[in-house]
Amino acid sequence: MAKTVAEINEKIKNGQAVVVTAEDMIGIVAEQGAKKAAKTVDVVTTGTFGPMCSSGAFLNFGHTKPRMRMSKVWLNDVPAYAGIAAVDCYIGATEVVEGDPLNRNHPGEFRYGGAHVIADLVAGRDVLLRAESYGTDCYPRRELETLLRLKDLNQAFICNPRNAYQNYNVAVNLSKDRDLYTYMGVLKKSLGSAGYCSAGQLSPLLNDPYFRTIGIGSRIFIGGAQGYIFWQGTQHDPASARSENGVPKGGAGTIATVGDLKAMNPRYVVGVSMYGYGVSLALGIGIPIPILDADMARYTAVSDAEILAPVVDYSRGYAYGERGPLGHISYAELKSGSIEVEGKTIPTNPLSSYPRAREIALELKSQIDTGQFLLTEPVETLPSADSDVKFKLLNERPLKSVKEVG
Amino acid sequence: MKTVRLVLRFPQTLIDEPIISETVKAYDLDFSILRASITPDREGLMVLGLTGEDRKLDTAVRNLKKRGVIVQPLARDVVRNEQRCTDCGACITSCPTNALFIDLETRKVGFDSDKCIACELCVPRCPPRAMELTF
Repeated sequence: MAKTVAEINEKIKNGQAVVVTAEDMIGIVAEQGAKKAAKTVDVVTTGTFGPMCSSGAFLNFGHTKPRMRMSKVWLNDVPAYAGIAAVDCYIGATEVVEGDPLNRNHPGEFRYGGAHVIADLVAGRDVLLRAESYGTDCYPRRELETLLRLKDLNQAFICNPRNAYQNYNVAVNLSKDRDLYTYMGVLKKSLGSAGYCSAGQLSPLLNDPYFRTIGIGSRIFIGGAQGYIFWQGTQHDPASARSENGVPKGGAGTIATVGDLKAMNPRYVVGVSMYGYGVSLALGIGIPIPILDADMARYTAVSDAEILAPVVDYSRGYAYGERGPLGHISYAELKSGSIEVEGKTIPTNPLSSYPRAREIALELKSQIDTGQFLLTEPVETLPSADSDVKFKLLNERPLKSVKEVG
Repeated sequence: MKTVRLVLRFPQTLIDEPIISETVKAYDLDFSILRASITPDREGLMVLGLTGEDRKLDTAVRNLKKRGVIVQPLARDVVRNEQRCTDCGACITSCPTNALFIDLETRKVGFDSDKCIACELCVPRCPPRAMELTF
């Protein structure tokens, strides 16, 4: 018989819910079968910890005296977006500190950026706010420079357009003459290395491939705090190719997330520098999945051997869109340390931390076990495989010249 | 017993002589080659870990110098800031000696500093910048 989220929450409140991680669920379903496992297990916890570029935070500083409509804002010399109300701003994770040489001396190191500002705030460190304004009758002040800390802000919440990609590319380099410095790490020339970035069998959206339980309003673990999914993530692509088990064979679903910076833990919010590429935010996300029926038991029992990722050449295939995947490889193979592509054995390196993903799934389990974390039913489900939501490339339409227009 | 890590430079005239094998035999040393590039007609370079009894090891190093090998201690060290490392594993394919590796059981990133030749390739390649250079 099918269970409801409300029934599972009752069990959690009474301390009777059976909660296991997505890793443990593999063995349970193998042993008991999906039907029986759906009866024994109430919740499966997932986790992922990796660079998630499409992240950032809204901050409200509080008003100065006299008041100021901050029109340009820097935090530790990293520009923040101030085109919103007087003392609000958005600090984007990938914004690089002003004056950084970027890739002028290639490969650039990208030591500091918006992600590091966010991580510094979460760690309780002082951050230098610098703001400029043009001055108005109601907001006369034109300049400001002050140290501040997270606890002094009114609101500070992470608000990320795209997190927790459901599966991703395996990046390789077919070029014979040079290494590539990419957001997937340094890729050695002549198929010298392969980078991959997913928690695989522990990854949230890979355990609910059709978004049956994960949707708008879902409560999640984000950066150590309890946050929410507020929309489908950007580039959400539910109609992408899937294996027979329903698991997408490449980047597919994504989620947009929100969470209170003040409740976060610096262990799960880390600024990272991608050599020759830029700055990103390594973020920890975990999502509990209610085991409503045998199908959910089967989905959450997916193992690394059953999840395939596309091998993509980043020298031409990705950068210039010249060629599709060179093939598909399972996460079990990727995690063995080497894969075979075009007859060559290539050493692999992850970018997403599996130990920390495991830690998050266990932390979430313990929060549910102790009744501190309750599950939610989505207010609205995310577009799934049967929707018309598709990932599109930009259709460029250059302005016609005056002469052509006539 | 002690272990030293040394950078050895062999002038062109010494390249053909079995200096290392004679030395380890004569002084009863254990050795591990951390890095070697010896091209005929040119200078050779070797980064070597030597382990042996204190006095024998000192004598061996003196002897290498006497024979014309330029010996320098491996002065720089790469250390890992354990607080910063997130165990992601982005570093491991950059490491030429497998000093950085993934434990297949725990999936954590191990760092065997005895194998490290301080080539520094991992330093800028570590996303949270956990690998630090000390002098």
